[in-house]
Amino acid sequence: MIPGMAAIRYEAPATVADAVNLIQADPAARILAGGTDLLVQFRAGVRQPTAFVDVKRIPDLVDIAMDAGGLRLGAAACAAAIGEQAHVRRLWPGLAEAVHLIGSTQIQGRGTVGGNVCNASPAADTTCALIVNRAMCLIAGPSGERRVPVESFVTGPGRTVLAPGELLVALWIPRPAPRTADAYLRLIPRSEMDIAVAGAAVSVTLDPAGTCTAARVAIGAVAPTALLVPAAARALVGTTLDESALRAAADAAGAAARPIDDKRGTAAYRRTVVGVLTRRAAKIAAARAENRR
Amino acid sequence: MKLHINTTINGEPAEFLCDGHETLVSALRNTLGLTGTKEGCSTGDCGACSVLLDGRLVPSCLVLAPEAHGRSITTIEGIASGDTLHPLQRVFLEDAALQCGVCTPGFIIAAKALLDANPNPTEAQARFWLAGNLCRCTGYDKIIRAVLDTAATMNEAAAV
Amino acid sequence: MSERTFEVVGTRPVRHDGVDKVTGRAAYGADANWPGMLHGALLRSPHAHARIVSIDTRAAAAAPGVKAVLIGADLPDTHATISLGEAAMDVRDMSHNLMARDKVVYHGQPVAAVAATTLDAAREALGRIVVQYEVLTPVLTVDEALAPGAPLLHDDLVTKGAAVGPKTGTNLAGRYEFKRGDVAAGFQEADTIVEREFRTATVHQGYIEPHACIARCGEDGRAVVWCSTQGPFVVRDATAAIAGLDAAHVKVIPSEIGGGFGGKIVVYLEPIAVALSRKAQRPVKMVMSRDEVFRATGPTSGTKVHVRIGARRDGTIVAARVSLWYEAGAFRGSPVGAGAMCALAPYTIPNFFIDAHDVVVNKPKVAAYRAPGSPMAMFAVESVIDEIARELKMDPIDLRLKNAAAEGDQAAYGPKFGPIGLRAVLDAAKRHPHWSAPVGPNQGRGFALGFWFNGGMNSAATITLGADGSAAVFTGNPDIGGTRAAQAMMVAEELGVDVDRVRPTVADTDTAGYTDVTGGSRVCFATGMAVIQAAQEVREELKRRAAKMWNVAPEQVTWERGRVLPPAGAKDAKSGADAQPLTVAQIAARMTHTGGPIVGRAALYAPMAGPGFGAHICDLEVDPETGRSRVVRYTALQDVGKAVHPSYVEGQIQGGAAQGIGWALNEEYVYNRDGVMENAGFLDYRMPVASDLPFIDTVIVEVPNPLHPYGVRGVGEVPIVPPLGAVANAMRSATGIRFTELPLSPPRVLEQIAGVDARREGRPGTVAVGA
Repeated sequence: MIPGMAAIRYEAPATVADAVNLIQADPAARILAGGTDLLVQFRAGVRQPTAFVDVKRIPDLVDIAMDAGGLRLGAAACAAAIGEQAHVRRLWPGLAEAVHLIGSTQIQGRGTVGGNVCNASPAADTTCALIVNRAMCLIAGPSGERRVPVESFVTGPGRTVLAPGELLVALWIPRPAPRTADAYLRLIPRSEMDIAVAGAAVSVTLDPAGTCTAARVAIGAVAPTALLVPAAARALVGTTLDESALRAAADAAGAAARPIDDKRGTAAYRRTVVGVLTRRAAKIAAARAENRR
Repeated sequence: MKLHINTTINGEPAEFLCDGHETLVSALRNTLGLTGTKEGCSTGDCGACSVLLDGRLVPSCLVLAPEAHGRSITTIEGIASGDTLHPLQRVFLEDAALQCGVCTPGFIIAAKALLDANPNPTEAQARFWLAGNLCRCTGYDKIIRAVLDTAATMNEAAAV
Repeated sequence: MSERTFEVVGTRPVRHDGVDKVTGRAAYGADANWPGMLHGALLRSPHAHARIVSIDTRAAAAAPGVKAVLIGADLPDTHATISLGEAAMDVRDMSHNLMARDKVVYHGQPVAAVAATTLDAAREALGRIVVQYEVLTPVLTVDEALAPGAPLLHDDLVTKGAAVGPKTGTNLAGRYEFKRGDVAAGFQEADTIVEREFRTATVHQGYIEPHACIARCGEDGRAVVWCSTQGPFVVRDATAAIAGLDAAHVKVIPSEIGGGFGGKIVVYLEPIAVALSRKAQRPVKMVMSRDEVFRATGPTSGTKVHVRIGARRDGTIVAARVSLWYEAGAFRGSPVGAGAMCALAPYTIPNFFIDAHDVVVNKPKVAAYRAPGSPMAMFAVESVIDEIARELKMDPIDLRLKNAAAEGDQAAYGPKFGPIGLRAVLDAAKRHPHWSAPVGPNQGRGFALGFWFNGGMNSAATITLGADGSAAVFTGNPDIGGTRAAQAMMVAEELGVDVDRVRPTVADTDTAGYTDVTGGSRVCFATGMAVIQAAQEVREELKRRAAKMWNVAPEQVTWERGRVLPPAGAKDAKSGADAQPLTVAQIAARMTHTGGPIVGRAALYAPMAGPGFGAHICDLEVDPETGRSRVVRYTALQDVGKAVHPSYVEGQIQGGAAQGIGWALNEEYVYNRDGVMENAGFLDYRMPVASDLPFIDTVIVEVPNPLHPYGVRGVGEVPIVPPLGAVANAMRSATGIRFTELPLSPPRVLEQIAGVDARREGRPGTVAVGA
């Protein structure tokens, strides 16, 4: 069933270059960040790597650094470590919420934002929040580095733009504009420990009069990938985020959704609920932006 | 070929051999004989295998054993100091916060991590922090009470 | 029964097994490793229904590290039956359930086993076994199974009980009837009749410890099994019968058990481990994965229950008609009979007719789950009772009080009730502040009753006294919820020794007297009674020994808590001084000189138990836009007869309530069309987590059970019964909608709410009851 288990290697490279060399040399090797998806898939026989390449001993991949331009999140920094950063919670409360929703406290001690994005689950909690915050994926590979917006990084369930030998090194998130804030909400049947049945992230920028001057809306678990929904953002921009604008954004989110029926929810349910979550997240984001100077 | 791992377990240096794909919970239980850490699901969803890895709460079923190299691990066997139970252990007994007891080591490890990070949690904070620890016997009532009681006890002791 | 005052019973000492459990020292099923042991693994069917054409294990047997390979043909065919306590299953079915012969009848059924030097080697060898299947169409629900022309699971199945159609060529494994009076005439008298059909999903016991065992079998056919079980004697007898050994040669050592709830009564691994060990002549350890636990160990039945109840304007229930169809899983033996007997148990109804159907489907064979059969039946009945209260504009508790069974009434399931606590529980619920508290926006309150017979049966206990006056007590019941502490308390109560100086032990099958399973809420009652009798025997012996020390007749001495008093004028036989009262320790210290060791023993069969009733009040808050709900307040009241250790009684009530809430809200087996479970893990089989629940308030009601010296009834089963109805009735209050299908998952709720919103625009969704 799982041939040659004893032959599976464990590698712990100390540099990005070493990691790239390892995965370039062995296409069946898998990057091990938090392992919360990979090891479960491995155990279930879904993935059968020839080697685990543990990238958590590479400082560039676990560091979290903030500068005037924005935030650099090492791809293998665990969710708990990110949540402990006060400036992350202050500047990107929606992203912090999304990070905090990755599984249990235990899972957060392991799971990483980089892994969450690379696993490319349509229901990944952080992806929507990263998208509305204009996050970029910093990728290292045999032919150097490149940057890809998060919304273009994931191409389908379990699929990304990473080429053989490429490694997600970090996520870079620009510092938000003044009077800008985000929010992320998801629907799960329990209060914790579930995979999102639907999720929505919203970022809004308000002018001093309370009019929305910029917005981004992303929805999750309702299509093969998380979706940036420009129509929903357009419904918000130029309004004071009154009830009719919020409803229009919700409708746009519902219309953009291309959900499926599965064990976690029906397509019709997801379409309805993603609109509700979009509306509620926009409201929360607006209240936060209002309070930001 | 087996990997030779040097690590620290419950404050003591420890070494063991493992395969590259072996989990930490397997090494702890089967190689090192530390069976207090339980394995309930192997997918990180039940919390029974909770340990502290460099002080951080993790599910040891989703940690590869070789990852322990050069790191420090705390298991349920290392929670008491000498012949004195940790306050969480004592209050769990006093508050009858266990029935079958198989989830108890995981709860105590997770609750210790909670109180280390937040010595005065609210009920809601305790419930959400411990949401990754499944208990099927107690309905969580006495467990949550025990965690809050322990916090109060430890805060009182600290204030004295 | 006269009010007895207790010294120890009713207090809350630290449990004796506690320190081992908070330090990780307690040894559970998977915690034992024996020298030279092999690891066993099972190849499981990828089909829910298929004929096995051939199995080729040659490559597996030749694989590195493999020491034994086993298939169904290696096990004897047996037609033995053994008592399972809570559930019943014949050994042939049990044997086929744990190793298929010519047919697989559910996805995940074992078809072959391997023992190898490492688990990896065993699993790799499984991959080399070639099985050819002829795939058949599975039937997954009672409706599919009973449809004309449905594929048959077992060609030789014969309907037991009161069949109305052909007894063969069917998936109907049993049909049973319970009746009283004239139902048609009864409904004629009714002013209001409510009729609904309910469905509940397949749910799992969800114990956190997966099944695990280690076994060795020698050249002489003698086997030792260490395993996590609720019934060591069941394991012994079933293992012997299935593996083809003499039960006289099998010893079962029960490990600490990480939850069972009924699911660890039947055997899954032990006979395989023994058979592999016999082939390999080395110990074999087997541990299930969580995936295996979900796919191939006992869930409880998915059900369909049809209820019609009629009442007069004043609330008097005059007639009931109940039909139940329970999925048995792949082999006969759903708990539908118990469900039928529990359905109407709280009520005195002059006319009723119940028919109960046991139906085989291509799902794992169900196992007992806490009050087996009762929750689904009572969910249906309590939902209909709630509707009748609404129609009659009566308080739901008043309606139940109006019809509540009382001492002397003939129970719907047959016997006359002795003293029961139903009315006391209802009165306590009505007085409870929760019942009259205001209900918040988008919230609703629900109320429902639960019933379980509680259990008696076989129990034995032995007590040995140490020379220091301490005592050891051992019984054959694995301790799931604190029964050792309760047994130690009983010994302390009877002998007047410090409870801390009583050592309770769960003994193996070679040591304990034959004892039925830990289940049915019988341990504290029946085994407790054996413990009390054994302690009383010790007490009588202590009196005889003291009498000897004073040279008086035993009848002349008197027992006073913890010591024996001499008659007036008695002298110490040795010193000649005036006799002084002797403590247990003082008598024990001299036992070598007064006749040798002091041992008390008792063995009994308790044919009856004290029935238990509970009532739960649930406040549910519903998000009207997403259908998501959460329990915001919960109160559970229950007559337990007498609470020996109130903390663990509360714990049982809280744990049962939590399981019932999970059943009501989010737990369900999700199957695809091929009969493959899609959510076989804790991520998507959604048991309640700590943040899903509030504190669960408990009210212990004590109406003593005259069948037990302290009045104990039992506690563990009743509390899982009311939550299904209480939650559904709360949902009805919150949304105005009667939901008839569990679980009340968000999509299912939103679907209905959306419809209602369309019809009743502008009206508040909240209906408060009981306020």
